[in-house]
Amino acid sequence: MSSKIKFISIFCFFVFCFFIFFQSLKESKKYTPKALMDKKIINFKMKQLDSDEIITEKDIFEINKITLLNIWSSWCLPCREEHKYLTELKMNTRLNMVGINYKDKKKNAQNFLSEFGNPYSLILVDDDGKNSINFGAYGVPETFIYNSKKKLIKKIVGPIDLKTFNEIKNILK
Amino acid sequence: MKKILILLIIMYPTISFSTENNKINKITKNLRCLICQGQSIYDSQSEFANSLKKIVEDKINENMTEKQIYKFLTDKYGEWILYEPKFNKNTYFLWLFPLAIFIFGGILIFKKKT
Repeated sequence: MSSKIKFISIFCFFVFCFFIFFQSLKESKKYTPKALMDKKIINFKMKQLDSDEIITEKDIFEINKITLLNIWSSWCLPCREEHKYLTELKMNTRLNMVGINYKDKKKNAQNFLSEFGNPYSLILVDDDGKNSINFGAYGVPETFIYNSKKKLIKKIVGPIDLKTFNEIKNILK
Repeated sequence: MKKILILLIIMYPTISFSTENNKINKITKNLRCLICQGQSIYDSQSEFANSLKKIVEDKINENMTEKQIYKFLTDKYGEWILYEPKFNKNTYFLWLFPLAIFIFGGILIFKKKT
């Protein structure tokens, strides 16, 4: 009798372990950050790419417009892939696009823009990556979308693809 | 006595530097590198990790405590960035289950002896 109880309890334990591991197999491993949603934009001070003028969070917003903040770099390959989507989004008059040039050389960044086109109304420079961390970014490319109240409504880690491009278009409707 | 004093004065910057460095190492070892999972910020040489190390250094220089730095980072990246999970209702099981097993085992051994 006692060996039967032992067997059942061991069996139950293994089923329990199996269930936990099985459940976590299904869970998406791609970490999607929720921590920043609906939060207001942080305070920052960054230089512009083309001039030494200091820009703060107050300067990047335009009245009644949605602001898209895109972190990019000339050395980042996925940034080239998403560039066509950014160029297309540029046409939308409800959108204000700001770029953050991440750990890049000024000359390379300018070459990149002259080759692929400049979709941004303003480009800020983050040469040591600290500002991007303050934004809660992981690396390049990364996109933050703020509503006109300066609150974060969407965050895209990695390049913009067709799916996220359509999601942005829906936001702009 | 004089010699020791001079030696201490000379060594003071290195002593204070190393304690600050220890603090940076301690904190960065408990931070998960989010883009190179399986490595801590301390171990990783990725762009993300290098910038985060600088941020931690800055925050220590701003006299932030370890707790405040963790709070600053979890506000941005969520609790996932910390290796050591916090003790809250989601992690009661995680923290208490090994303890429960330990006590259970102890009882078994104790019962067998008597």
